[in-house]
Amino acid sequence: MQQELPGTDPIELTYREAVRAALRDALARDKRVFLMGEDVGRYGGCYAVSHGLLAEFGPERIRDTPLSESGFTGAGIGAAMAGMRPIVELMTVNFSLLALDQILNSAATVRHMSGNQFGVPLVIRMATGAGRQLAAQHSHSLEGWYAHIPGIKVLAPATLEDARGMLWTALQEPDPVLIFENVMLYNISGKLPRDAGAVSIDKAVVRRWGSDVSLITYGGSLWKTLEAATALAAEGIEAEVVDLRSLRPLDDVTIMASVGKTRHAVVVDEGWRSGSLAAEIGMRIIEQAFWSLDAPIGRVCSEEVPIPYPRHLENAALPQAPKIVTAAKAALGRA
Amino acid sequence: MTVAAAKPHLSREHMLDMLRQMIRIRRFEDKCAELYTQEKIRGFMHLYDGEEAVAVGVIAALEKRDRIVATYREHGQALVRGVPMTSVMAEMYGKQEGCSRGRGGSMHLFNAAANFYGGNAIVGGGLPLAVGLGLASHMQGDDLVNACFFGDGAVAEGEFHESLNLAALWQLPVLFVCENNLYGMGTALAISESETDIHRKAECYRITSEIVDGMDVVAVEAAARRAVQAVRDTRKPYFLECRTYRLRAHSMFDPQLYRDKAEVDSWRPREPIARFQGWLEANHMIHPDEVSRLTGEIDAEIEAAVAFAEAGTWEPVEQLSRFVYADSVVPTGQ
Ligand SMILES: Cc1ncc(C[n+]2csc(CCOP(=O)(O)OP(=O)(O)O)c2C)c(N)n1
Ligand SMILES: [Mg+2]
Repeated sequence: MQQELPGTDPIELTYREAVRAALRDALARDKRVFLMGEDVGRYGGCYAVSHGLLAEFGPERIRDTPLSESGFTGAGIGAAMAGMRPIVELMTVNFSLLALDQILNSAATVRHMSGNQFGVPLVIRMATGAGRQLAAQHSHSLEGWYAHIPGIKVLAPATLEDARGMLWTALQEPDPVLIFENVMLYNISGKLPRDAGAVSIDKAVVRRWGSDVSLITYGGSLWKTLEAATALAAEGIEAEVVDLRSLRPLDDVTIMASVGKTRHAVVVDEGWRSGSLAAEIGMRIIEQAFWSLDAPIGRVCSEEVPIPYPRHLENAALPQAPKIVTAAKAALGRA
Repeated sequence: MTVAAAKPHLSREHMLDMLRQMIRIRRFEDKCAELYTQEKIRGFMHLYDGEEAVAVGVIAALEKRDRIVATYREHGQALVRGVPMTSVMAEMYGKQEGCSRGRGGSMHLFNAAANFYGGNAIVGGGLPLAVGLGLASHMQGDDLVNACFFGDGAVAEGEFHESLNLAALWQLPVLFVCENNLYGMGTALAISESETDIHRKAECYRITSEIVDGMDVVAVEAAARRAVQAVRDTRKPYFLECRTYRLRAHSMFDPQLYRDKAEVDSWRPREPIARFQGWLEANHMIHPDEVSRLTGEIDAEIEAAVAFAEAGTWEPVEQLSRFVYADSVVPTGQ
């Protein structure tokens, strides 16, 4: 996959390198920032994101932790409450479940429950998503669950620009921010301006303009959706692709503007369909843009099964471009 | 810190103050129990009856600038730490004049000005947070002691073990204070733990640990002074197991089916207030009249706190979603 971005003096890099550049930049700019998690230091990060940072910043600020997800996530919360700006890396969303208590019961509640006396300016990064034949326990997409929780913000950088730019903005937030990096994106490469920097984290972005149907998606599914949009264009259908970028809060304005224009909507979400983020988005469209719809809203989600190991079954379980094409045509009444 | 600072202050004035603090907690909570039956206070409420010497002894050894993390059984810690009784009572009522704006209630007393990092109602949930405060101290190079109170029940949680390991591994200035009252709700320690000698678990993590009679305020303070000085000087964790007993029910909903009245009665003679007061009287350090005077002053304070809470106001519903995230008001805790 290739991505072209405008800008002077662009450099070629991968999504992984973009996240690393963001980490390096944050560590260099703010003494309070440190990275903590399993194998972030000596190993170089389970997806090699933090490779080289230990040598540059030392073991205090690139802090390898034991296998204690709840313990070190809670430690990140405490350190944030006491004036630090920790970045906790939870390897993958699959293991974040062991830290859910700290995220939900402490990080998300403290400001409100303390009557605004304490806040938790903490960033938690983790990989998410399927597609690497890692089987059921290592293929979850639970960012939609986290987007259910008031008190935290949830980001899903899908592009190099966002991988590079969201972290710094997230670190300026006074409240906890979770950043989900889809595992299938780490190797995508493209060009970024050498001086690429912070980006907004509160707006959805239209990645492809079109007038016939709105395809609303985020994270790893963005690229499959863009692929589907290209296929649809070959059949004379102009799809608009909305990249949510922030899953909490959701940018209703951008979503409704697109749906208001195209009058057709399909939501593409790697989470399971029942009780999903896709369901939330669909319902918001019903609440806010019902009268501009010309047809029922479509959804392309993961099949409701534990993600299986064999390639063909895994592929069948996940949203794929052909399914998105079919759903878009169905929404337009074109078989 | 000087060596002298590690010794308990045996001055008469200090002794009187320790007694006063314990009576103050006891009578405040007696009032709370009464207000609970009147439905002025609602929700879960956990009283500290019998355990007062722990909060009083430990917090006496801390400096004002040190930080405290507590549990849902934290009225005592909050009062001793200096969270105004008026604001604690208003919080019990759920009034916006409360120390957490009324939003937390009995289990979630917070006070940034007193470095009081909250009551936490998830058993074991405060331990990782205290480790994080210790990590901040370590990285910022300060000399603070980060004290964390928790019960014997928390010892069975994974977060306890993760936290002790992290604090020892990273050499963080955390004072772990286990309030071992022998029960987690209705589950006795002996049917919860394969090793009931809790302080030994800390030793496994290479944390210096000590057991102290948690019903003896002087002993608690002496142990706490050693512990606090050790943490402040070495910047390493320290573990204090305070053996104590809860004389009342776990919460206001507990018919205490799990223990005999005889067992509770057998602990009454060791109850920290009467014991300390008796000792002071026997050593002619206090006159019963003085206790009456103290009690009178405390009752007046409690009465004022109740009046304050009664006169308090409800946070307008329009503010329900305020401070889910920070708004323009800068939080005072940062
Ligand atoms: C994680 C969790 N599990 C269960 C509970 C329900 N609960 C509340 S208090 C309690 C007992 C805790 O006992 P202990 O830690 O000894 O503290 P104590 O109440 O004796 O002071 C339990 C099981 C809870 N609040 N949190
Ligand atoms: Mg107990």
